[in-house]
Amino acid sequence: MFLTRTMPTLLAFLFGAVAVIIYYVPHTVAQEIERELSLWLRILYAFAYFLGLYSILNLHWNRISRREGGWAYSGVAIASFLVMSFFVVYNDGAGPFAPQATAGGYQWMFTYIHVACSSTMFSMLAFYIASAAYRTFRARSSDAAILLVAAIILMVGRVPVGRAISDFFPEAAAWLMEVPNLAAKRGIMLGVSLGAIATSLRIIFGIERSYLGGGEE
Amino acid sequence: MRWRASRVVTLLGVAVLFPVVLSAQAPPRAIAFDTPNDAGGSITVTWPRVDGNGTTNHLVYVATAEAGPYNLAAEVKGKGAVLSDDPGNYGRGEEQDATHFVHVSDFTTADGRQPLDNDVTYFIRVAASKDGMEARGAITSAMAEANFINWAKTNNFVIGTALSLIILVSISLARRKEMFIRRIAGLEAIDEALGRATEMGKAVLFVHGLREMDKISTIAAVNILGQVARKTAQYDTLLKVASYDPVVMSVSQETVKEAYLEVGRPDAYNEDHIFVAGTDQFSYAAAVEGMMVRERPAAHIMMGYFYAESLLLAETGSQTGAIQIAGTDAFTQLPFFVTTCDYTLMGEELYAASAYLSREPRMLGSLKGQDIGKAFLIAALLFGSLLATAGMPFITHALAAH
Repeated sequence: MFLTRTMPTLLAFLFGAVAVIIYYVPHTVAQEIERELSLWLRILYAFAYFLGLYSILNLHWNRISRREGGWAYSGVAIASFLVMSFFVVYNDGAGPFAPQATAGGYQWMFTYIHVACSSTMFSMLAFYIASAAYRTFRARSSDAAILLVAAIILMVGRVPVGRAISDFFPEAAAWLMEVPNLAAKRGIMLGVSLGAIATSLRIIFGIERSYLGGGEE
Repeated sequence: MRWRASRVVTLLGVAVLFPVVLSAQAPPRAIAFDTPNDAGGSITVTWPRVDGNGTTNHLVYVATAEAGPYNLAAEVKGKGAVLSDDPGNYGRGEEQDATHFVHVSDFTTADGRQPLDNDVTYFIRVAASKDGMEARGAITSAMAEANFINWAKTNNFVIGTALSLIILVSISLARRKEMFIRRIAGLEAIDEALGRATEMGKAVLFVHGLREMDKISTIAAVNILGQVARKTAQYDTLLKVASYDPVVMSVSQETVKEAYLEVGRPDAYNEDHIFVAGTDQFSYAAAVEGMMVRERPAAHIMMGYFYAESLLLAETGSQTGAIQIAGTDAFTQLPFFVTTCDYTLMGEELYAASAYLSREPRMLGSLKGQDIGKAFLIAALLFGSLLATAGMPFITHALAAH
């Protein structure tokens, strides 16, 4: 009980309180404590990456061994990991202990396979936005109708043809962004800040323990 | 004619002697002091404002002995900054508007730039420079020190403390009397989503967002996961958690394990169901999308901070026909979730979710405190807007971040 509940709660209180104090103390001692804590965090993350690696390989290996749907993709994932690892260790002939080479197989695969695949995923957003917008802009309610009109004004106002039609469009688009949109955004941000304060207090004072897996005592 | 000649001679004399005049009339009266609210290693140097077209530059020299040698530390071109440009440190007012300043943290030596040390007296003089001529002012001295308190954040401290007290008092009051909390549709729908998954015999997929464990939105997401895991354990529904970050995965594994233990279903817990799907944004998105399409979970719960992958995940999920509940404090991604999900928790609702789901009085009390704090902020906004409109920006200045 002490190790699973009391100790984590005490640590949460201690480090939470220290983090709050450091925010108001610019002294070099406070900065050193902050640096030290972020160093611990980085070390923790370095070890956690081994867990992550094990998890991702285990996930794909289980899929292959159980012949789950799409298991061939898992095979591709594991093969990609092995090939990339080989080229990272090979390091363009310099070996694993030299600084990472700026050319060679790893860099080539990263640039021409990984970056290209990521860009493809990102570019798909355009089509997803179109399909999501289509569903949203079907004016089946007054809210959706208002959204549709605002979106049309904004889209027309943000392209050169909008100004060519009338100065109203760019001006209305700017107003929409700077007044109702900004007001809503700031309202959300105020709520988020208060929510963050409340959540932090609940954790620091040990009221919120869901992240430890439990709730009430 | 003689009169004109004398005027020409006078003008010529002014032109020739201008640097001398500058040197005689414009040596800046500089004041130096430790830069307030910093970690040390910096001295603030001020001098009266120079009006005109800003063609006079100011050179700040630093020496370790009064006799010199004086090394160039900073060059302020033209008019430079005035104290009122940094109200957090120097305040606002006519005097601040009429005083230039520069922060000096190092100076040039033959060996390069040398930083100022703390607790060492430095001698400083400021020179006005125009057309290659310099008018050096009197020598002043100051010492850089590390400050223990950042007084510029006093307003932040006062407001933060007041809001914290309101929340803590509400938590304390919540133990004694029942509090009304408005219904949040998105959170009510979690039960519906889990029930649907149970009836269909399909899994529930929980997605954390892309931030690390030290971010408050991720902590809020893990708190919600704890509540969801209790219910999936009670309903005997398969819960899958796709993490982006290995630390988040480890914490999630412990959270889910504890939740299953708490409801007496440790046998139903499977560590492999909480996994890292990818540690790169779009690789992660592709992996989770693949899972949505192939495994067809009955419910997708997306809580945390999301970036561009939000629409990729939510739109794919929407096409699979799963019930989708999202919650994020990333206001840029909210429109995507609103258009593609069945229920969306906006901003603060993400932080309220865990307390709302647990129905624990103290947690609910914190929500009440949050609402009271919001009411105060709204009142301050309205009052401040009225005063600012009337030309009295007192509240605007008091609430400014420094």
